[in-house]
Amino acid sequence: MDALILQTLNGLDKGSAYALIALGLTIIFGTLGVVNFAHGTLFMLGAFCAVTLQRIIGISETIIDPTKKDFLGNPLKVEVPYLQAWFGHDTAAAITNWSVPLSLLLTVPVMVGIGVVMERGLIKHFYKRSHADQILVTFGLAIVLQEVIKHFFGANPIPTPAPAEFAGSIDFGTMLGFPPNAIVYPYWRMIYFLFSLFVIGGVFAFLQFTTFGMVVRAGMADRETVGLLGINIDRRFTFMFGLAAVVAGTAGAMYTPINSPNFHMGMDFLVLSFVVVVVGGMGSLPGAVLSGFLLGILESYASMNWIKDIIPGIDQIIIYVIAIVVLLTRPRGLMGRKGVMED
Amino acid sequence: MLGLGKKDLMFLLIVVLLTLTAPILLNPFPEGSAMAQFNAGYPDLMQRIAIFAIFAVGFNILFGLTGYLSFGHAAFIGVGSYAMVWMMKLLTMNILPGLILSIVMGGLFAVVIGYVSLRRSGIYFSILTLAFAQMCFNMAYSVLTPITGGENGLGPQIADPRILDAVNTSGSVPEVNLFGLSMRATYKMDLWGRLFQFNAGYYVCGILSVLMFYLALRIFRSPFGMMLRAIKSNQHRLNYTGLNSKPYMLAAFVISGMYAGLAGGLMAAMDPLAGADRMQWSASGEVVLMVILGGVGTMLGPVLGAGFIKYFENIFSKINDSVLHDWFSIFPKWLENLLVGILHPFVGQGWNLTLGVLFMLVVIFLPGGLIEGGQRIGRLFRRKPDAKGPAPASTPAE
Repeated sequence: MDALILQTLNGLDKGSAYALIALGLTIIFGTLGVVNFAHGTLFMLGAFCAVTLQRIIGISETIIDPTKKDFLGNPLKVEVPYLQAWFGHDTAAAITNWSVPLSLLLTVPVMVGIGVVMERGLIKHFYKRSHADQILVTFGLAIVLQEVIKHFFGANPIPTPAPAEFAGSIDFGTMLGFPPNAIVYPYWRMIYFLFSLFVIGGVFAFLQFTTFGMVVRAGMADRETVGLLGINIDRRFTFMFGLAAVVAGTAGAMYTPINSPNFHMGMDFLVLSFVVVVVGGMGSLPGAVLSGFLLGILESYASMNWIKDIIPGIDQIIIYVIAIVVLLTRPRGLMGRKGVMED
Repeated sequence: MLGLGKKDLMFLLIVVLLTLTAPILLNPFPEGSAMAQFNAGYPDLMQRIAIFAIFAVGFNILFGLTGYLSFGHAAFIGVGSYAMVWMMKLLTMNILPGLILSIVMGGLFAVVIGYVSLRRSGIYFSILTLAFAQMCFNMAYSVLTPITGGENGLGPQIADPRILDAVNTSGSVPEVNLFGLSMRATYKMDLWGRLFQFNAGYYVCGILSVLMFYLALRIFRSPFGMMLRAIKSNQHRLNYTGLNSKPYMLAAFVISGMYAGLAGGLMAAMDPLAGADRMQWSASGEVVLMVILGGVGTMLGPVLGAGFIKYFENIFSKINDSVLHDWFSIFPKWLENLLVGILHPFVGQGWNLTLGVLFMLVVIFLPGGLIEGGQRIGRLFRRKPDAKGPAPASTPAE
């Protein structure tokens, strides 16, 4: 029982990442009708926003400290971060410590910018072309962005630690009456899960309770009619693309303490996120979220030892197996609407 | 002759000639000259071009003719490679049984994957094939390690049984061969200051690729090919005529899977080591790039694309900053540094970046690939005399 709870918890944080990426993918597909193969790359770019902020904070000047001498008796050169020179030691240490959550402040504007430029500059020209062309051009874009990141940040994973306050783990088991150390869950993963719930809730509330969201929903249902009513639906859809980029980007930025970012993390997540979208139902936002968490948790169940003893290797392929079964038995996905993209 | 029209026959003959003389044609620059690094006439590269040409031509039968974009063809490459290496381990170092098995295995996998994936079309088909390929890749890396060698890859060992071969006493793994002709056997000819290398392995790949090209040509011109084109232009309408298009699709999928299997087998034959990374989705992406870059749905396009990508991959990875500085040394120093600075991310390690940019440009501006580019340029030159003549009679009569 405790193992089951532990695996459920473990599945939640991976599921959160899947759900957030799949949510963005679905927003883009639902509004613009474009299959975005570069969406995983947006996730990766968000993660590298966190890395960039970490680097910016670390920029330092070299000054000569006259009070200290090195072993040859010369004045000692010390590297002092500008941050420390400006704000004093304590503030600088706090900012460095909290760099990952703070990076959201950088990630959001950057991702809006990237999303809008991408939509206006490239994807706009592909509305009329076939899905295959859309897949291909966004695939090309993904390669380019990935290689650009590799050029600037190198190919190795870059560790970006969570704030020290969240570095430990919480012993869930003792709260529920299990012996100590039975269910241990890192704080940051819990934060990530709560964060994803917050973002998902925010997106849904935005679509449900604002006028802007209402127009967007109307546009998703019937774009032409909304256009005829004198509403510039294209601009709103561009905004939605930016929003999807932000969702993916912040998901990536917050994920960095869980998994050190490298340049191909986006593609690794993308393939799975597509599967998530398909299982949830193309164009269904609740479906994407639900199947994201579902697949994340199932994947983590499948990695339990006694299940692996029954079916060896199931943990590697469970998501694909589920996707294949769903696609063949219920092509519109778990929560897809009837008749939408069913062939 | 050979069931081809006059035009196609000429075309095929040219392809045969080009393939046979490739070691000479691809070595235009004298040894030791500054341009020698642009030579492509060495066996390893030519083998790769020929193998990927087979892969791309086969992929084009599916994607070019039917318009179904598969993102999972790398799985068949991997299956073919493993089949080849297992034949080398168990039966003989002669590549023939391995090639046959790799084609058969590629075909078998394609039947299974195709039967399931083809229940859906459009993006669902792409995602399904991608999912299957990733599944194969993950399994090859983890559970199937006894069969695939996992992360270390699979290669023939000295202790392997090889029941058809003579007892091995040499103390090393015997050479890969075709009825005794070693794949590494190279006849070197020093002529006109150039070193031409005629490699047995290349000729095996080259002749097979010509054969496969001929087969694809026949498929393109056949009623079966016509049917596949009909599926591409409008599958619904085709279904409404009372015709079941699924078997045709499956046949196309299996044929392209067999091509990929053969390519995988050849890959393992030329370099007897099969690794799971050949099955990763990026490998599937590469063949899509080749076909798109060359020209979807054309005969020569995939071959061109394969040659282009493999050649420039090789060249670009050799260029470094000092080479760039050499080239631009005729310019003033500031301009030289600027040009080198601009080009630096694209060469050396940056080949993938160049490829991505190139690919995007082709998809955006030249959906027909290099072939269409060539045709457009050709038309430009042919138009000129026309422009001076009387206006075409397309204007409606008054």
